[in-house]
Amino acid sequence: MLDAMNAVTATPDSTPTLSGDERAVLDGERGPAPQLAMRIVVRMARILGARELVPVASAHIDGCLYHGDGGVEFAERLVSLGGKVDVPTTLNVGALDLLNPRRVRSDGHRREMAFRQMRAYEALGCRPTWTCAPYQAGHRPERGQDVAWGESNAVVFANSVLGARTNRYGDFMDICCALAGRAPRTGLHLQENRWATVVVDTGAINPALKERDVFYPVLGTWLGATVDERVAVVTGLPGTATEDQLKAMGAASASSGAVGLFHVEGVTPEAPDLATALGGQAPKTVLTPGAHELRRVRDALSTTGTAQLDAVALGSPHFSRDEFSLLEALLPREPFRIPFYVCTGRAEYQRLETSGRLRRFEQAGVEIVADTCVVVAPILPARGSVLMTNSGKFAHYTPATTGYDVVYGSLEDCVRSAATGRVTRDEGLWS
Amino acid sequence: MELTGAPVHAGEGRGRLLVLERPLSFWGGVDPETGRVSDPRHPQYGEPLGGRILVMERAIGSSSSSAIMLELLRNDVAPAAIVLGSTDAILVLGVLVAEELGYASIPLIDVGRDGFERIRDGNGGHGRVRAGAREAILRVALP
Repeated sequence: MLDAMNAVTATPDSTPTLSGDERAVLDGERGPAPQLAMRIVVRMARILGARELVPVASAHIDGCLYHGDGGVEFAERLVSLGGKVDVPTTLNVGALDLLNPRRVRSDGHRREMAFRQMRAYEALGCRPTWTCAPYQAGHRPERGQDVAWGESNAVVFANSVLGARTNRYGDFMDICCALAGRAPRTGLHLQENRWATVVVDTGAINPALKERDVFYPVLGTWLGATVDERVAVVTGLPGTATEDQLKAMGAASASSGAVGLFHVEGVTPEAPDLATALGGQAPKTVLTPGAHELRRVRDALSTTGTAQLDAVALGSPHFSRDEFSLLEALLPREPFRIPFYVCTGRAEYQRLETSGRLRRFEQAGVEIVADTCVVVAPILPARGSVLMTNSGKFAHYTPATTGYDVVYGSLEDCVRSAATGRVTRDEGLWS
Repeated sequence: MELTGAPVHAGEGRGRLLVLERPLSFWGGVDPETGRVSDPRHPQYGEPLGGRILVMERAIGSSSSSAIMLELLRNDVAPAAIVLGSTDAILVLGVLVAEELGYASIPLIDVGRDGFERIRDGNGGHGRVRAGAREAILRVALP
């Protein structure tokens, strides 16, 4: 659930203190579904050494993605017990594109079970957002609010960019917190665990590179692999760093390591200045990544040096309105020569449809995938072997989940390469 | 040899030891249907976890590993017990959910880093885990 909590040794008699309300739920006075959920939340609180529970303002559910029939059975059990979420709750991606069912290749059993799982979570009262970027689909908790979010990129965004407070609540724990309206009060819910202990000084990096989108997934990948679950404050980034750049950085950091929270001096809400981000303490570690080091990380995001390309995939985390605008401005006159996927949430998809912009993308050969994405569902061409992406998260997970080799490049590189079917990358800023 | 540790989840289990040479993420690293290590980059690729006393320094990776833990229990290919070098909140969650659904359950214990070091060469040995509410014991017959 939360790696920062792994350091906590289980003390067998640390039963959390419950309020009267929480006790009533645990005793079944609000029905069997909240009771089951509260039982699991309390047992987990005990294992984690939490002294009490914390009310949560919202939840984001990662557990709606099909991993096997047990997960479906659990969700349907909660439905059969009459379960309804206690707080506003959004849903992460499922294993199917419900808007274009033929987009995902899967056999009868898997398809049926994945569908049942998605429907069960809807029946529990969750909003069918089906996106890994709920924070760009209207779900934006306030600074300081305790929430129970799943999906590693959403967790790091909620903590870092919004200043909300959540641990990494994965499968089962996310929906239990949503049904119980509570989470164990531990980890990143506590201020003392949110101060940075590591300073990452990017002063040695070419300022022009730091203005570019392609820099942020690389910095994120380096950050995750280097600091892992420790909280870092990054200094020396431009004050103009965009939300999408921070989103890409966070997603990459949570792929290469167990990052749940980072700060950016002068940019993110808990880091107006360095001293505040550090909680007035001296840092335990100061790191100064150099240009060569980041170049190596950037190179390692690609698993092949081949020029031949079979597909491009963007949108991990799901593409935002601004990212679609950037892509639209780059679309070539001739349609792409290879499959070109962009994954997004249905809210964004429907906005494109309503505004008439969807046609423009489709004419260029862009296939827009909604509700799911290319690394969690079989979407990429079965015969292909090399995928290009501008996403650090896709680059990290593609080889293991799809069997494809991967090439990392900028958005512009991806567009240019898809136009010819051969990898073209602008090496300028990296040398 | 006998090791004591902190119980993460109570129960009993016995079987052949499988000491992981490197940390493993169950999600993406274990096949939920066969219970075998499925990450080709892991040194113990192909090893079955089913019925073993699984010893690991720490669990890593995706929080979806709790879902894989649940599937292993559902499909009867789960380890007989899990012995950890540091407490983990992800795998045990899959075990708690399995209990709610009436599947089999297994014990998890935390023997600490020192405890892990003492049994890290135990592959091929036999072990027995007994975890109560307050105390957990691992008895090992090394090869």
